[in-house]
Amino acid sequence: MSLLTSLARLRALEEGIAQPIATVRHCHLAERPMVLIPLRMSGEAAAPLAALLGTRRDDPRLLVVTQPRNRDLRFAWAADLAAELLPYIGSFLAGTETVERKNSDPYERVLDAPQILVPNQAGIAFIRLLGRSTRFRRAHGPYPVPPTVPLLGRWLTYFGERATHPGSSLMTAVTEELGRHWASGQSGLEDANLAALTAWITTGPSDDAEDPLVWPPAGPATDPGFDAEVLAPAIEAGAAERITEALRGQLEPTWRLMWQAVDLLRELPEGASVEQRWEQDRGSFSAMAQHIAEGAPPQARRDGAVAAASRLARMERAQAAYEVQRAYDDPLVMAEYRLTGEAFAGEVVETEPEHSEGEGRSRKLRPLVVVKTDDPVRLAPGTALGTPQRRAQGAQLVEARDGLVTVKITKGMGRGKTPAPGSVPEVGERVCYTSLTDDFQGSPALPEAEATPWTHGGPPREYAPSDEDALEEWS
Amino acid sequence: MNRLDALRGTTPPKPHDARAIAALAANPGCARRALLDGAGIDKDATARHLGFPAPFGQSPFAITRGNAFEALVKADGCAELLRMLREVLELPVAEVAYHDVENVGAHLRHTHTRALIDRAARDEHDSGTIYDHPLLGLEIAGHTAYLEPDVVAFQLGGRFHIVEIKSFAVIDGQADPAAVAAAARQAAVYVLALRRMLRELGHDPLRVAHDVVLVCPENFANRPVATLVDVRRQLAVLERQLSRMTGLDRLVEGLPEELTFDLLPGEDGLPTRPAAELADALRRTTARYAPDCLSTCDLCFFCRDEARQEGACDLLGRQVRDELGGVASAEEALGLADGSRAPAEGQEEIARLLRTAERLRRECLA
Ligand code: SF4
Repeated sequence: MSLLTSLARLRALEEGIAQPIATVRHCHLAERPMVLIPLRMSGEAAAPLAALLGTRRDDPRLLVVTQPRNRDLRFAWAADLAAELLPYIGSFLAGTETVERKNSDPYERVLDAPQILVPNQAGIAFIRLLGRSTRFRRAHGPYPVPPTVPLLGRWLTYFGERATHPGSSLMTAVTEELGRHWASGQSGLEDANLAALTAWITTGPSDDAEDPLVWPPAGPATDPGFDAEVLAPAIEAGAAERITEALRGQLEPTWRLMWQAVDLLRELPEGASVEQRWEQDRGSFSAMAQHIAEGAPPQARRDGAVAAASRLARMERAQAAYEVQRAYDDPLVMAEYRLTGEAFAGEVVETEPEHSEGEGRSRKLRPLVVVKTDDPVRLAPGTALGTPQRRAQGAQLVEARDGLVTVKITKGMGRGKTPAPGSVPEVGERVCYTSLTDDFQGSPALPEAEATPWTHGGPPREYAPSDEDALEEWS
Repeated sequence: MNRLDALRGTTPPKPHDARAIAALAANPGCARRALLDGAGIDKDATARHLGFPAPFGQSPFAITRGNAFEALVKADGCAELLRMLREVLELPVAEVAYHDVENVGAHLRHTHTRALIDRAARDEHDSGTIYDHPLLGLEIAGHTAYLEPDVVAFQLGGRFHIVEIKSFAVIDGQADPAAVAAAARQAAVYVLALRRMLRELGHDPLRVAHDVVLVCPENFANRPVATLVDVRRQLAVLERQLSRMTGLDRLVEGLPEELTFDLLPGEDGLPTRPAAELADALRRTTARYAPDCLSTCDLCFFCRDEARQEGACDLLGRQVRDELGGVASAEEALGLADGSRAPAEGQEEIARLLRTAERLRRECLA
């Protein structure tokens, strides 16, 4: 969090309503998102209790395990969940485009991908565990399960992992997304409560949000009072109908909040780089579908050393790119960098479009621009700069003094003797320059998986799920 | 009557359990909490009476599951536990004695535990023993808190180990970090209590290992798995906090003579003290609310309400508070930001930043 966000939180506290901390939407929002609210049995690691899900707000599907300790019912529930999710996922596999790649074969990428919306981070963690507890099951042999169950497990594992990828929108927690766009007048900890956060954004803080009788928790944990007074007696009595209706009552308020959150996010115009990140999501999703189609084994229990290191490197790069892109897409995010002196904005007061450096054949066009700014610039002469107004442009800081910054344009003004029209800002134009640039090193030279050094456990064995995996208890 | 006892008045003291003692270290800067805990006040009852009940319910399913798991681990004289201890401590133990201290009856348990531990510490033959249901004591601000761990002290080779049984799952070698941290804090309380007992008995306290054995269900089944957890850091924090509590006298001195947090329980045990009066009394002590209180202290909703009324920056979390470095209220910070308030000495830098931040926000949202 930055001081800018802290200030917004203070303002929210004072005015009694959340304050915007973004001017555009930084996540992809599907036309037909799958809203999924899972509930877990208290005290168990990954025993499902219920889920409310669907792609249409007027048509939620409720899946309930009416006897949570019954293993068969639990797998039946997983099969029901698969019957809802797998067709949704599959519906995106038909339309593809061919993508050409440098140094590699072209591949097929889906035109659109699924998007699963979950209330909070804990919900995502639970989905990941559900994936872990189902992906090694088998349709044959002792304890057979419906074949859709292990397939569902692989997809849930995939979505759970992809959710940790910065900037990915395939599966996201709506409290996180709301919190990226609005600052409430409460702490980040309390923002994890969907009812409380939505109240801050729409009507102002409400004590009801923390009252489980008014707004039951958004899962995956249930309200202990509900467990004691409603659920336990109903389970004791074996009253399936009562259990189902009670859980519906616990889930429906959150269902409404989820769609309200979708509406709130949809009102924001989409940021310029969102499509690019979604394209990467589409690529990743296509690769996973391909993987499954080719009959690859389920994801390993744990990453090997090389896989873990390259995953970490990928995540770091994605994080850096995500931060730069958000700043370029959104002046309010860029303002954080202006506050710390890594960016500045202001009006162009002077230009020298035909300024050049060098003589004869090595003579190069280097237009100069002087910007008047009130921002506290903390950049050294020679620093490479980029600008959201002309993303292809490269520039360099010449000097910064008394609120006047001289910038030299080094790239993106054409090859002629005079700059291409529009490539040099004109006097009076408002511009912003920053040392943040979307210029990342390629992936570090990690050894191929087969060449894992022995210090890191030697080459990983391809994960072959064992009988034990398939028969693992789920109690 | 001791001043701390006067703060509690006629309300019976609430014994500290390991969880409560572990939580003492959660907000060491809070004088209100230090006083209430030092005086053995039932914070949960206090919060309920104030109309701000704590949000810490536990599901009956979780309780049942926890008990069932503990029973499984301890079944047949802790046979399963012994198997794991052999593995995790790499001990070549064939036979281990089992002592269930609970058999002696509650009032004798502490003395009996003491005697057993003393004997074990002197034992030259050094045979291994598991002690189930021991009762340990720990001095907190002049009162002895009795700890009834669901833990077992395991002794072998002259060393004692605290074993803690928890029902959160370890999945593919990983567990919820928050749950592990909480278990480590609690186990540290037992380590400390056992160490102090050894010291009183004239033995080397360091014979209690700082590695505790944490037993949890593995993956999705009920099968227990044991892991060693190093609790040195938690021990250090705990000891620091406990030594601060002995300095409670100074906190008490600053309080008005007649101040009390007595709930004045009636014949039926229910509080008769006017809630508003109790709230006023509490407000005479300085709290240090932080959002973390919401998961660690029974009084959290009361203190949060107070922080709201004061418009304190603390409400927004430590990070915001740290960033505002020394600007305590929202009103003050916003005044500095829009220039309506002149910075006090030492506030020039933060005021400059806030003014710039305010200008940038206005510009971007215009
Ligand atoms: S809730 Fe109140 S009394 Fe408890 S630690 Fe926090 S500030 Fe102190």
